[in-house]
Amino acid sequence: MSWHVATVVGTRPLTRTARALTLAVPGFAGALPGQHVDLRLTAPDGYQATRAYSLAETGRDERVDLVVDEVPDGEVSPYLVRDARPGDQLEVRGPLGGYFVWHDADTAPVLLVAGGSGVVPFLAMLRARRGTGRRAPFHLVCSVRTPADAIERDEVDTPDPGFDVRWVFTREVPPGWPAPPRRITAGDLVAPGFGPDDGTAVFVCGPTGFVEAAAGLLTGLGHPPDRVRTERFGGA
Amino acid sequence: MTSVDRTVLDGSALAGALSEVYAFEATRAVLRCASCGHTDVLARTTVHLSAMGGVVRCATCTAVLLVVVERPDGVRVSASGAAWVQAPPR
Repeated sequence: MSWHVATVVGTRPLTRTARALTLAVPGFAGALPGQHVDLRLTAPDGYQATRAYSLAETGRDERVDLVVDEVPDGEVSPYLVRDARPGDQLEVRGPLGGYFVWHDADTAPVLLVAGGSGVVPFLAMLRARRGTGRRAPFHLVCSVRTPADAIERDEVDTPDPGFDVRWVFTREVPPGWPAPPRRITAGDLVAPGFGPDDGTAVFVCGPTGFVEAAAGLLTGLGHPPDRVRTERFGGA
Repeated sequence: MTSVDRTVLDGSALAGALSEVYAFEATRAVLRCASCGHTDVLARTTVHLSAMGGVVRCATCTAVLLVVVERPDGVRVSASGAAWVQAPPR
């Protein structure tokens, strides 16, 4: 896999700290929902920094759609969220990964569990599902700090046959929300049709601590460990 | 040089670097730990990233399985902690 030259062609603010970026990448092709890319920046003095970002959308070759959440004091994300503008060039390696991938021909129920910007690969899966007849039922559990931190909440909340979402707010809830702020519990991960006996494929994505807590709850509910696929991310 | 923040991740974080070395998709490749015999896909290993590169550890006994360094002249993999590495099914 070699590096491709990428050009920023669009940006869109999503939350206080997250932004969508679209890159034009000649030679980039065949990405699957759940895959990621490595993104490399090179400073004028030759210093390079590389980070991995999940694809937020797939299905269009020579195009890379990302959602980047800013990590304070990070080397790459502050540039991508605050400074990158159309015409800027960087480098992309990918598409990458084959483990944390949803194949749109698979009709098994899919349980998605996201912490913060861990929802990004799930956006790609949801968008791909809409494009392929919605055969697989999807259930998304999304944990965020506050309502203002929810990425693409309007899109996720848009009614879609066979798809349900459950939000968990850990620091601040929306006005009128029926529950106080709290962390995710085993009860949040139980939904009819998405249990261990339903052949459910489970994907968990988020910061390391969130992923380990959620994966522990899921295996405690009886999901076989090899049906619980996890992806962790850290500071960047 | 290449710098990466110090953080704990999993094998997916090294998919790009390993794609420079292996013809197969690395996150689905199976590794056997030479220390404890635990056998699982790379995606389930623990990865520590630093400015030097990535250190892949066994999720069971934390022994070092692989060390992956992105050098200017190419990616180098030390695999002395893995009894074997098996390519994933196509």
